[in-house]
Amino acid sequence: MAVGEMRSSVMRVTITAVVALIFAILPLPAESEVARPNLLLLLIVYWSLSAPRIAGLMFAWFCGLALDLLQGPLLGQHAVAFLLIAFLTHKFQLRMRVFPIYHQTLTVFMLLTLYEFVLFWIDGIIGQAVTSWMRWLPVLTSTLLWPVVVAVLDTWNRRSR
Amino acid sequence: MVTLSSDSRPIIGRGPPLGARFFFLAVVSITLMVLDHRGGYLETAKMWMGVVTHPFYTIVQAPFDFWNWLTSSFADRARLRAENERLTEELRVARIRALQFEALSEENRRLRAIRAASDGIAERTLIAEIIRVDIDPFRHRVRINKGANHGVFKGQPVLDAFGIVGQVTEVDRYTAELILISDSAHATPVQVNRNGIRSIAVGTGDMGKLSLPFLTIEADVKVDDLLVSSGLDGVFPAGYPVARITKVERDPSQTFAVVEARPMAQLDRVREVLLLWFDANAQEPERTEVSSATGAPAEASRP
Repeated sequence: MAVGEMRSSVMRVTITAVVALIFAILPLPAESEVARPNLLLLLIVYWSLSAPRIAGLMFAWFCGLALDLLQGPLLGQHAVAFLLIAFLTHKFQLRMRVFPIYHQTLTVFMLLTLYEFVLFWIDGIIGQAVTSWMRWLPVLTSTLLWPVVVAVLDTWNRRSR
Repeated sequence: MVTLSSDSRPIIGRGPPLGARFFFLAVVSITLMVLDHRGGYLETAKMWMGVVTHPFYTIVQAPFDFWNWLTSSFADRARLRAENERLTEELRVARIRALQFEALSEENRRLRAIRAASDGIAERTLIAEIIRVDIDPFRHRVRINKGANHGVFKGQPVLDAFGIVGQVTEVDRYTAELILISDSAHATPVQVNRNGIRSIAVGTGDMGKLSLPFLTIEADVKVDDLLVSSGLDGVFPAGYPVARITKVERDPSQTFAVVEARPMAQLDRVREVLLLWFDANAQEPERTEVSSATGAPAEASRP
């Protein structure tokens, strides 16, 4: 029973990660493209809180590496940013899990800002910095998406328990 | 509030602590970044990892392919006939042009042989299609559906029917990534077709605009001048159209004029591009750097 449940959790984590990777490269209209929410990062935070033994640092790192391969100019850039966020989430998971939703959303907002900043910083080091303010738009849209992600995945988790 | 899913594994004895794992993976990723950026040591590895990413591109591309197939198989007769007529007409015009082209290119080749200069005529071409995936909204990079298996190589020039589109920056087995000439990290060595003044056209991050920052206020350029590739970088063959000048502003208190140009290639609409193989031996061996280096273009712009 326990093994079966575990397997179904692994499956859920994998499926959502693949969907988020596809969403990351899905063509959107040019106006909304810059504000594309970072679904993969939200999932990593969510699964790090909800299933910390399944979605560990290694999981986050591989997701980042996949994203690097799909779109990044530099291999390892998204990987290290994801790793940092996953590490912080794991570190504070006991606290973050009992936060009320608005408090949690605020924390996620800070994590997203940190993530974008790491990317921005590495871009600057390799000399390809994007200085437009619009690059911070995904932080906002992703934050707004967080309660939705939590609601949907929580329902799914309870349903399949 | 996030619910905790069930987890039956023991808490203790699960490998190294969190901090150690974080440190190890961070070191690995930083090593990767340095290897990738500094020396390009990961070319072969990346080429093979394309096998992993290819299914993703295929999945994203599938609905568009299906739609194209659907519209083309149910296209009505009248439309097909109209299109056929139009294409025949275009072909006729192109044939006549090609007649002149043959003669002119032969003459050009002879003249260049006298001057011992490079000839900018393509040896082989291949049509590639741009994959509909979004790579990065702030960088003008696109993916095409031809890769190392088709002989695509890094630094290969890419054109469309109207002018130069960009060059290949990354290759894996099935796909390749292009940088467009409008990307702010790209510089194209050009010359004014009318009088041969050489300069560098730098991308602005705007699809419809290139900027020419190294033209002095005395330089003889006018609005509507055609810029063609000068071939000095050894990447783009000489003589292909790049852009048309749209704005020249001369402020007597400045050393350089503000010159802007509009790319000839339809960067925002193009779906099919042409990969070019040309005789690289005939070109000068020196190459300019694509990525962000402002020193290299300045060097190439020296008369």
